Amino acid sequence: MNATITKNLISQLPAEEILQKRKRFCRELASTQDLQPVRLAVLGGTTTNEVVDLLEVLLLADGFKSTFYQSEYNKYYEDAVHEPEKLREFQPDIAYIHTHWLNIQQFPTAGCSESDFQILVRGETTRFQSIWNSLHENIGCQVIQNNFEHPSLGVLGNLDAVAYDGQTRFVYELNLEFAKAANRNRKLLLQDLNTLAGRTGHARWFDWPRWYSYKILTTPEGSLAIARSLAAMIGSMLGRAKKCLILDLDNTLWGGVIGDDGLDRIQIGNETAVAEAYTAFQKYCLSLRRRGVLLAVCSKNNLDVARSGFTHPDSVLKLEHFASFKANWEPKHENILAIAQELNLGLDSFVFVDDNPAERILVSAQLPSVTVPEVGTEVALYPAVLQAGHYFETVGLSAEDLTRADAYTANAERAVMQSKFASYGEYLDSLQMVAEIEVFKPIYIERITQLIGKTNQFNLTTRRYTLAEIEQISLRSNYFALYGKLADTFGDHGLISVIIGRLEHKVLHLDLWIMSCRVLKRDMELAMLDVLVEGARAMGADRLAGTYLRTAKNAMVEEHYKALGFVLESEADDGSRSDWSLPLSSYTAHTKHIRIKTSIYA
Amino acid sequence: MHNSDIIRDLQIIFSDVLDLSDLRLTAESNASNVEGWDSLAHINLVVAIEKRYNIKFALAELRSLNNVGEMADLIVKKTSLQGAQ
Repeated sequence: MNATITKNLISQLPAEEILQKRKRFCRELASTQDLQPVRLAVLGGTTTNEVVDLLEVLLLADGFKSTFYQSEYNKYYEDAVHEPEKLREFQPDIAYIHTHWLNIQQFPTAGCSESDFQILVRGETTRFQSIWNSLHENIGCQVIQNNFEHPSLGVLGNLDAVAYDGQTRFVYELNLEFAKAANRNRKLLLQDLNTLAGRTGHARWFDWPRWYSYKILTTPEGSLAIARSLAAMIGSMLGRAKKCLILDLDNTLWGGVIGDDGLDRIQIGNETAVAEAYTAFQKYCLSLRRRGVLLAVCSKNNLDVARSGFTHPDSVLKLEHFASFKANWEPKHENILAIAQELNLGLDSFVFVDDNPAERILVSAQLPSVTVPEVGTEVALYPAVLQAGHYFETVGLSAEDLTRADAYTANAERAVMQSKFASYGEYLDSLQMVAEIEVFKPIYIERITQLIGKTNQFNLTTRRYTLAEIEQISLRSNYFALYGKLADTFGDHGLISVIIGRLEHKVLHLDLWIMSCRVLKRDMELAMLDVLVEGARAMGADRLAGTYLRTAKNAMVEEHYKALGFVLESEADDGSRSDWSLPLSSYTAHTKHIRIKTSIYA
Repeated sequence: MHNSDIIRDLQIIFSDVLDLSDLRLTAESNASNVEGWDSLAHINLVVAIEKRYNIKFALAELRSLNNVGEMADLIVKKTSLQGAQ
């Protein structure tokens, strides 16, 4: 309970107070269950301790136990390029290069020509490129580099953003080059420091006295903005970004109370300032949906009346945009539990937006895992509040992200169809499922990493892997790592299951077995096992060894190996771990309802 | 505010930042006789104190301080100046 209160405090307190109580917060949060370890190297052009102190506590609140390496002040280049041994020894999962505009080595000076300007841009970009290259080649970790905030002292005034001798113009150009580099290289992520500084405001961002005293360039507020954005990026890389936005209706998605005022009197559209603000918020929600965030409704209303709101000609959101729709008179936390069950998502995947503070308090008290931002009552600010929370941070959009919301709508149609069949097997056959099951391919490495990061329920061991590690596994001959894709008559589920097997003395150890809950009860795990067994035999294995490691979220697969015919080898007294074994000699294929396409059956 | 009130206040801030629940701060306390008061902790202490009293220390002011008593004197001076404005 203490940890829940602490998490709430951390999301709201100003930087100074978090820093003051940081050690106590860390102690309280460190007792939380299932913390995921993460190793971070912070290579800074300024003193990075304050950002790191804040980041440590934010990551703990998000469920990560971090271990840090920090370069000496302004030794980011040396550590990365000249002495990568120390870093290699530390074995970071992620290296963060934290540099400010003051770390730019050579700015153009007065009278600089266009061609000299371009040479300087190339010189500075190359210097950073050599840092990223060295980290990728010597350490093989993910790299986060921030871009530069605009210099606060552009001596040319407005012309500073235009002329080739302007520092501001130079930063524009460097930031563009950094963005291009991050676009080309998926192991390089860009933190948009420039936007953070702009959102905070330069007067509240730069702290010159502290720069001269301690070589810290930002105010505590600025440091916290950096740490929050970084925590969101790391969370997203490791699969902790939020997945679904749950919305209230009256005075949240439209102005007024539809049950009292009627459909023709609610505020939506472009007729009044208030209506415009609600329309803008609906547009923002729709843009989130387009990039893969699910939308759901949780409203105290009569269902038919609530649904009618989306028939309003000016409503940007339509009924089909919602993956789940709860409008009734039950308490909201109960409806949110129902939504979680319906969508097969953990409670920590949800962000709940409601203009009514009483509902917000109720939901955050009853369901502490649900994120409930203090949105206030001014809808004009809602998009900015959600954006500043970094809830739906993403490190890259996959094809899955772009079609996810539609896939959930198709799931609802499948549910209707299921009710028409006499037996479950008959229903499965009617779906005409086709599975593609193959060893890891380069084009899927990103999706595989993403799926591993965010799968918590159907996950036997809850081991996490970075993109670089997955790439390694796909290349090693002692690994047999499979992905599975599934399609049916209603649509393509995409890549939804992963198994990582490691061969050791004729035993294939299943380090990881995960599946997306979207395809539960489809017999997909049987199809995966059939192919796995074939591959294991071809490698010379005579048995499979599987492990179940219990977490707060994976009770669903406690009986997974048993159901597949594995034999229990050993079990911890408290049930936290069990080990299972399957001899391959007598195994025969299980799959009945899925057509398997694979090159592994020779 | 009186000097001794401030020291009592500072004791709360110091015990938070240094994570020492049984810390007893006196006017003579300084970085050499308080456990964990190193240069990094010092930065956090200054941040917390500035926030608590809504003041900003000038660069030169902090350099000249020898102990908690002098720090409390400086806080009294700066907060009373603020009140007079």
